[in-house]
Amino acid sequence: MVKHYDTSVELCGVKLDNPIIPASGTFGFGREFAEYYDINCLGAISIKGTTRDARFGNPTPRIAECTSGLINSVGLQNPGIDKVISEELPHLREIFHKPIVANISGFSLEEYEECCAKIDKQEQVAIIEVNVSCPNVHNGGMSFGTQPESAAEVTRRVKAVTTKPVFIKLSPNVTDIVSIARACEDAGADGICLINTLLGMRIDTMRRRPVIANKMGGFSGDAIFPVAVRMVYQVANSCHIPVMGCGGISSASDVIEMMMAGATAVQVGAANLKNPYASKEIIEALPAEMERLGIERLSDIIGIVK
Amino acid sequence: MYKKGLYTIISNEPLTPAVYRMVLEGDTQYITRSGQFINIELEGKFLRRPISVADYDATTVTIIYKVVGRGTEQMRGMVAGQKLDILTGLGNGFNTANEARRPLLVGGGVGVPPMYNLCKRLIAEGKQPQVIMGFNTSSEVFYFEEFKALGVDVHCSTADGTMGTKGFVTDVIREKSLEFDYLYTCGPLPMLKALYDNTSTDGEFSFEERMGCGFGACMGCTCKTKYGNKRICKDGPVLKREEIIW
Repeated sequence: MVKHYDTSVELCGVKLDNPIIPASGTFGFGREFAEYYDINCLGAISIKGTTRDARFGNPTPRIAECTSGLINSVGLQNPGIDKVISEELPHLREIFHKPIVANISGFSLEEYEECCAKIDKQEQVAIIEVNVSCPNVHNGGMSFGTQPESAAEVTRRVKAVTTKPVFIKLSPNVTDIVSIARACEDAGADGICLINTLLGMRIDTMRRRPVIANKMGGFSGDAIFPVAVRMVYQVANSCHIPVMGCGGISSASDVIEMMMAGATAVQVGAANLKNPYASKEIIEALPAEMERLGIERLSDIIGIVK
Repeated sequence: MYKKGLYTIISNEPLTPAVYRMVLEGDTQYITRSGQFINIELEGKFLRRPISVADYDATTVTIIYKVVGRGTEQMRGMVAGQKLDILTGLGNGFNTANEARRPLLVGGGVGVPPMYNLCKRLIAEGKQPQVIMGFNTSSEVFYFEEFKALGVDVHCSTADGTMGTKGFVTDVIREKSLEFDYLYTCGPLPMLKALYDNTSTDGEFSFEERMGCGFGACMGCTCKTKYGNKRICKDGPVLKREEIIW
């Protein structure tokens, strides 16, 4: 008899067939991957980080390869919230019938408010993911996500104008992740997503200059997985809201490790860029990995490691 | 449409000390245009290596690559029989559906390879392509005879004058008073710019940029054009003359 392995999880009332969510910025709005496979196998999709205005992003080159990862300094290239709503979401509706996580970025509190209020009205959107690791023009160049007070302020302002679950996506480039996550929880966040990329840099030794035009960028990929597991563990053990674990996940085994650390769902990022089928292959490999580890229901292992 | 698959190396041999030709066997149905590229996974490397298609047929694809870093160094050591995980059919490629009768094809260095399949295609379409290849010096020249074997006019420039016209590809156009009604080109940025400035016909320019995924997802290789932002890997690498912003 073939055993049934239950991969479903629930995030703030949003039921996912499986916990695999392609991470924002590595999956566009689904189009490119839909050419490779039926993306409805995914638990959800976190769409490209969206801002109020259309953005080109940073100058190129904005990609640098690293051992077991890459640095990107794309800089939030996106068509702007209105075009995402009028063009990308309708297109995505035709090819994808599962929950959508809308990733919103901003450069001011007002921008977060405006974009989150607009995206909240979109029926397709199940969860709002607020990215607070981009440069902040309001707080003297600091990221919203690197101080508990400013992260809490964004959370409060967004929660006041939305009805859907709000996850705050946090930066790992901080001294005390727990205090920031708890400040978000206290301010009303429904969940935490972490980690965003680690600030990194590569130098072209032949040309004696940075590989990336913007000098530094976000480091992601397999190499950052242990950092992500550690931070997910710390946050999951000090907050009472669900965590989406992200950072260096590239296998079903990684998914289970991240969930044991405390993640209710996971996001697959850089792996999608190396192998367009990565998310699909991870989902397909889950039952066998569950069998190997004696897990019948994936949701049973969330935060099981204390 | 593009696809991932396993390809078997049939041969991997040097054309010059630094430039190698690799022939791979596998599914080529997703390669539809000259000037497209494939993206090769290498063991121990996080990102794939994007290499332009020099030629292809029903069962094989030929690439010509220059050894410039650790990835291509790894490729140099590969032998027949080895299998590679490759994404094929990437990029828009050159469009030959136009009125041009006597197009000029200009390749510079490792920008020469995509011109080979393009040249064959144009001949098959009944057009009369002519070719200029630009190199630094004669020891770097490859595929001169292969182009000649296609029965087209082939010219060469070398910066040091050791083969063909001394100077650059634009010097060949001047020296030979070449007449053409369309331009297809691929090569280093300064060469593309010089061609843009020194020609006036419609044309298509193939660009290079440091890529992440190679299939349009990561937005790593975006450039600005007169028709808006374009991803070199997905909306390019070929841009029409009229849309280029230098």
